[in-house]
Amino acid sequence: MSDLYRDIIIDHYKHPRNVGELADAKIHGHEDNLMCGDSVDIYISFNDHGVASDIKWTGEGCALSQASASLLSDMLRGKTREEIAQISEHDILEVVGTSLNPSRQACATLSVHALHKGLKANI
Amino acid sequence: MRDIQQIKNDFPIFSRTIHGHPLVYLDNGATSQKPKHVIDAVASFLQTHNANVHRGIYTLSEEATTLYEGVREKVAKFIHARSSKEIVFTHNATESLNLIALSWARQHLKKGDEIITTVMEHHSNIVPWQMLAQERGIILRFVPVITEAGILDIDACMQLLNSRTKLVCVGHMSNLLGTVNPIRVFAVKAHEIGAKIVVDGCQAVPHMPIDVQDLQADFYAFSSHKMLGPTGVGVLWAREEILETTEPIIGGGDMIKTVSQTEATWNDIPWKFEAGTPNVSGVIGLGAAIDYLTQIGMQNIWNHEQKIAQYVLPKLLDIDGVHVFGIQEAREDRGAIFSFWIDKIHPHDIASILDEEGIAIRAGHMCTQPLLTAYKKSAAARVSFYLYNSINDADAFLVAIKKAKSIFE
Repeated sequence: MSDLYRDIIIDHYKHPRNVGELADAKIHGHEDNLMCGDSVDIYISFNDHGVASDIKWTGEGCALSQASASLLSDMLRGKTREEIAQISEHDILEVVGTSLNPSRQACATLSVHALHKGLKANI
Repeated sequence: MRDIQQIKNDFPIFSRTIHGHPLVYLDNGATSQKPKHVIDAVASFLQTHNANVHRGIYTLSEEATTLYEGVREKVAKFIHARSSKEIVFTHNATESLNLIALSWARQHLKKGDEIITTVMEHHSNIVPWQMLAQERGIILRFVPVITEAGILDIDACMQLLNSRTKLVCVGHMSNLLGTVNPIRVFAVKAHEIGAKIVVDGCQAVPHMPIDVQDLQADFYAFSSHKMLGPTGVGVLWAREEILETTEPIIGGGDMIKTVSQTEATWNDIPWKFEAGTPNVSGVIGLGAAIDYLTQIGMQNIWNHEQKIAQYVLPKLLDIDGVHVFGIQEAREDRGAIFSFWIDKIHPHDIASILDEEGIAIRAGHMCTQPLLTAYKKSAAARVSFYLYNSINDADAFLVAIKKAKSIFE
């Protein structure tokens, strides 16, 4: 089988979790990969305790960018805003694969960049 | 033609492996690999003849100049130019096309004039004309592509031509579709209304015999690195009378005859367009590439690639879920470039899976966004074959495509 396209990637690509939009999201971030035209939008709502309670995302693109967005959306649930702000490229690459070459790393981390743009836009 | 394995042995890069597999290089549309002859010619020049050109009385500079100018003769012969005075060395084909836009076109076109290009072009035969059009109030028109046929709409082009048309810009072979355009048809029609024709020959010169006079072209641009030569060298061929009546755009050393505090007089063609020290070792490498290609024979190379096309295209089209852009059968007006998409697999994923098998293919927009838009696509995967690619390479590619499909099924 493929090193890159392990079962977890194919599973999240074919059956993406938490797909959709949130009209009243506290945080909304969008990012494009100019090289290939991939895009990801990510939406987060928080409950009264300041914990991420609803997370949705939409996007278009390759298996790595879309599976990563799906995996990221699962990672966010139950975290506070401060905890979410700590999530880095490295966290997603640890799940997706650290041996990716730079152009494929850009695919895998697209959703993380969308997330941080959303955080920055809503301080 | 020589045995393909023997030819492959001339290219040192094929002795390496990628992810444990022998390299199968199918991105020749982007750049070609280099034979030992070219690598050795560059090294030998740097080791034994290196000096600046057009400078010297001393032996080394005379040697460097003779070698450099000798390549100009080789290029002229290779594309059947009337004389080497018509060969301008630039740094890539993009610069060659921009040189036309910034010199001849800027000096001869005025507000309200029209330039025709085509939807099939590489960005380098679109953007320079857009920039000039915006600067000068020139109208830029596009010949559409008949997408299902994979060819330019020549009837529509005839409708676009009018007395204000001053320039027609067409690619000889499409880097996305592999379509070979009927350059002479465009040239004859352009000349009938007094317009000139610019041909982007990047994908044609490496793969087929070229006769710029037979094509009736006025300008013809191509690059060294796609035809086994080094990067950093481009060629602009233009008719002698055009170059004679065009002002240079870059001033400096080598492009002048005399300089005073107030003015300068230009050198003869082609040197008035080659200001500053050129890429001498790169040009020497291009000369070695032309020797190598000539020895194999351009018609032989074209015939070999036609055989590959006849083998690959029907097999690729036979794979369920695979769709090929452009002409759907191997024929004389189609080179061995196949761009395709696969249902439910992104082109980048195809390229990554093939890379794991040691197979280098291109994925992305191929610098042809208007053409992809005409096909309602934003990206594609592409394989492009060359003289060193064998039927085994084609088979490795076809097997890997089936593997990619199985991963995503």
